[in-house]
Amino acid sequence: MQRYSLAALARRSFTGHRSWKPLWRSHPLSEKYDILIVGAGGHGLATAYYLARNHGRRSVAVLERGWLGGGNVGRNTVTVRSNYLRDESIPFYVKSVELFEGLSKELNFNLMHSKRGMIDIVQTWPKLRELRRKQLAMDLHGSTYVQIGVDEIRRRIPALTGGGPDSRLPILAGMVHTDAAVNRHDAVAWGYARAADALGVQIHQHTPVKRLLRNESGSVCGVETDRGTISADAVCLAVSGHTTTLTDTIGLDLPLRTFNLSAFVSEPVKPVIDVVVNCPDLGVYLSQTDKGELVIGGGTDPGQSFRRGIKQSVFEDTVGAMLELFPAFSRLKLLRQWGGHLDIAHDASPIISSAGIPGLFVSAGWWGGYKAIPAGGMTFAHLIATGAPHPLAESLVLDRFDRLEFILETGTTVSV
Amino acid sequence: MLIIDCPFCGRRDEREFSHGGPDFGPRPEDAGTLGDREWVRQLTVPPNPLGEVREWWWHERGCGGWVLVVRNTETHEIVAVEGFRQ
Repeated sequence: MQRYSLAALARRSFTGHRSWKPLWRSHPLSEKYDILIVGAGGHGLATAYYLARNHGRRSVAVLERGWLGGGNVGRNTVTVRSNYLRDESIPFYVKSVELFEGLSKELNFNLMHSKRGMIDIVQTWPKLRELRRKQLAMDLHGSTYVQIGVDEIRRRIPALTGGGPDSRLPILAGMVHTDAAVNRHDAVAWGYARAADALGVQIHQHTPVKRLLRNESGSVCGVETDRGTISADAVCLAVSGHTTTLTDTIGLDLPLRTFNLSAFVSEPVKPVIDVVVNCPDLGVYLSQTDKGELVIGGGTDPGQSFRRGIKQSVFEDTVGAMLELFPAFSRLKLLRQWGGHLDIAHDASPIISSAGIPGLFVSAGWWGGYKAIPAGGMTFAHLIATGAPHPLAESLVLDRFDRLEFILETGTTVSV
Repeated sequence: MLIIDCPFCGRRDEREFSHGGPDFGPRPEDAGTLGDREWVRQLTVPPNPLGEVREWWWHERGCGGWVLVVRNTETHEIVAVEGFRQ
């Protein structure tokens, strides 16, 4: 792997920067690997990387239907945070935030990680009680919520001019989550892919998996793709919304429903907001990128959806909510919009688990899975390599539903 | 934006409705003989098809009835309205 450094940059400037190598190689597709990971998104690539780095597994292939980083890892709002409620969730996300903070150095790839903090704008008393309850739970596990008053909110976010005493929902308080950060989603996908490739992992783009294959004893033994059949000892699904599409091919039902979650981006403007602003009572959150665009997200579409788009009603509701607090943004033009489909279990917590069939593992149920990429990859790799769940993800197994041990969370930044 | 054909009110904007989730099918008749595991699966494993799903919409801001709609999850096209409950 070519390491990136100031010296390397200077050295290659003499040759006109023509000697940089691609970030990952293209290998011919073999018929057999020890481990197949379906989906070269954040979780799939992170899992491949930790399998190689932490567990020394080299015969690993990542299969991707489209292009690397073109799925949900490129369709999110890049918010990294750990403000959750349950004892099972918080340590997991705290670990993920911690791994993200060291990731640029570890992968030798600049993720442009910016730990700018998130401020929840609280506009109803029940929400304030809920967040203060979260604060107490988070205090136990090393995550941070700090309550601030209205004057302090307005000092930190001068653009927030709505929500005054005469408005529909006057601002009552703010909760500051100091651990929150944003970074660059492409860099996360490319950085993991480059590091995994350097450790011997093969990445195969444009290789759609059509169905899973089982042998006579019932174990999952490989996949059928557009480019032929590939066999493996372990098949690991990290495909976001399409988990059930694949498990349906072997008659396995999972407690998941697929939804579309959308976001959109404004034209670039000068720096106006330097934190992530989340408005859980209104159902909108936003942050500003280094380019100056405002990234704005809302809730999921009503009803199951495998369409990656934005729904006009969801879009209008989100914009309307944002303008209640930021009336000046009514003159912004919007540039782009996107949706990603995610499969949600009804307790809104993820599943990192054996699928109950030998040879098949699933990492699914990610609602806001971007923040969980490092910890999700690390714990999934641990499960695949050792056969036992990682201590941080012991509760996130599939049979928790059979035991009715739900880990009830409201998964997104916006609590819907 | 969906236009849902409510059997009582006629064609109405999706925003008059609240989504009620997919139809889990009829409850098993031999309920008394089902074990815990089967019961939990019956209640927690929803249909999640890439294609047509049967789902309930509550006409909350209309007649208050429940409409059973068959909708395609890829195209969002409403294929049929199959049922209605007051």
